Amino acid sequence: MTSSTLKIAFSAFLFLLACAVQADPKVVAVTQIVEHPALDAVYQGVKDQLKEEGYEEGSDVTYMHESAQANTATASQIARKFVGEQPDVIVAIATPSAQTVAAAARNIPVVFSAVTDPVGARLVSNMEKPGKNITGITDMLPLDEHLDMVLRVTPDAKRIGTVYNPGEANAVALVNQLEERLQARGLTLVKAAATKTSEVLGAARSLVGKADAIYLTTDNTVISAAEAVISVGERADIPVFAADTATVSRGAVAAIGFDYYDVGRQTGKVVSRILSGENPGEIPITGVEALSLHVNPAAAERMGIQLSPAIIEEAEEVVEN
Amino acid sequence: MLSEIALYGAFETGLIYGLVAFGIYLSFRVLHFPDLTVDGSFPLGAAVAAVLIIGGYNPWLATGVAILAGMAAGAVTAILNVRLNILNLLASILTMIALYSVNLRIMDKPNIALLTEDTVLTPWYDLGLEFHEVPVLLFFIVAMVVLFLLWRFMQSETGLAMRATGANPRMARAQGIATGWMIILGIALSNGLVALAGALFAQSQGAADVTMGVGVIVVGLASLIGGEAVMAPRNVLRALLACVIGAILYRIAIALALNADFIGLKTQDLNLITAVLVTLAIVLPNARHSIKNFLSRSRA
Repeated sequence: MTSSTLKIAFSAFLFLLACAVQADPKVVAVTQIVEHPALDAVYQGVKDQLKEEGYEEGSDVTYMHESAQANTATASQIARKFVGEQPDVIVAIATPSAQTVAAAARNIPVVFSAVTDPVGARLVSNMEKPGKNITGITDMLPLDEHLDMVLRVTPDAKRIGTVYNPGEANAVALVNQLEERLQARGLTLVKAAATKTSEVLGAARSLVGKADAIYLTTDNTVISAAEAVISVGERADIPVFAADTATVSRGAVAAIGFDYYDVGRQTGKVVSRILSGENPGEIPITGVEALSLHVNPAAAERMGIQLSPAIIEEAEEVVEN
Repeated sequence: MLSEIALYGAFETGLIYGLVAFGIYLSFRVLHFPDLTVDGSFPLGAAVAAVLIIGGYNPWLATGVAILAGMAAGAVTAILNVRLNILNLLASILTMIALYSVNLRIMDKPNIALLTEDTVLTPWYDLGLEFHEVPVLLFFIVAMVVLFLLWRFMQSETGLAMRATGANPRMARAQGIATGWMIILGIALSNGLVALAGALFAQSQGAADVTMGVGVIVVGLASLIGGEAVMAPRNVLRALLACVIGAILYRIAIALALNADFIGLKTQDLNLITAVLVTLAIVLPNARHSIKNFLSRSRA
């Protein structure tokens, strides 16, 4: 044996020893379609949840994180990049990113998040038993709870208005569901479309005289311009309700806490189950469990209604502004 | 550096966008018509193909109808310009905006998933190739067939008339060429190619989405100019090859940028990188020229 072969053998031995002492960190690759407060909160939630379950970043888990800048072609290249890197889990945030990953990944576990209609997006055929290599968390809103809240505050409302972007897949899925649930209760949904944030004000104005209350889903376009809807509600005395609690502090009457950070925490739980060896095809697709009521009594008065003391008592958070 | 799958992915997307670059070569280079319709005709092709595939039609037939739809969109832009005398850029912006609504009407929802449908790619997976090699093979064949047809077309009488229309419309009219019709035909062909790209892209991605067209024009231009910088297009064949090579190089550049964490690049820098690449590609050939001039002057 020459000295150089000895050296190589010795370093190989050292390397193997190091491997035995410390297992390689797990690799979690996260792709999202665009940077957006809600979607960024999902990513943060995933990381925090894994940390809580003992995955220290750097030693136990490393993250790859890419955003596609709202560009589908880039999303597809990110998906291909991740598949080539062979991580332990790919997390895909929002429908377009999830679809590109599903098209590219055959045998790497995929966890999607913030997808409103996973079956409609053909990511899975069955919510209970997804099969294959894909599972995830849906951000379908608990619409029935939300409508109960709206009708509890405004019991006489017969026509519920909403503003939505017809170009946003998640928003359209929500509005279709909303229409079904309202019809089941014998109420009508009044829709106003806004394809850009600059059109939200006009769309909200078109609801004046047609709607007794306004309920906003988690439509990205509309929530970006929620103040426009709220100002219309204040002028025309139409109470405005929201699906996410952040909009209550911006002046909506009430919301039952849907928070994308919680969506991320739930997603993190699923990722951790897969990292510890579970098969994604066996993990059912669930929604968000944590729900809290936020109210804004001052906003209610500006929209011509009074919140009952009972509701204020129940609320987890009372916004004062 | 780049994994094999990421590289194949760059080739796959690059070959599809090579078709977009063909279309942009026709409008920008042959006809000198700055046409932004492509941002709408790309998702139009995707929408038409997706709806027909979901409806149970043959995926190649669906792709063919998508091409016709794209041609119709291009014809609308050209007619607005030629017959109604609307400035070409504005005419194309009007069509592009209108197409957003048209695409939503066609699809009836913002996103149609094709993940579980039979697409043009499905039979090719039975060839026994690696999963990520199949789209590259198929799209390479499509790109080469389209390149050959375009090359032949450019040498035909109609193709020559179209090139004359772009190069010198007044002279072309004096030679008895119906320049209006040539512009309508050229822009229709251009958008037909872009719609073909959209249809194929939706099938390889597993979904058609109304937001798919964002920035198609910029990527197409970047591919075209990048390819020209590499290839020096002295004739039509080289110009067409430049389109494909530029589109693939652009995608490889993006794949590298996605892997360039070590120099601190992130995906949010992609738009800036694209702008810098295009600027360099435009400036460098001229710079080379002026340096040569400078040297020859200083020697004199």
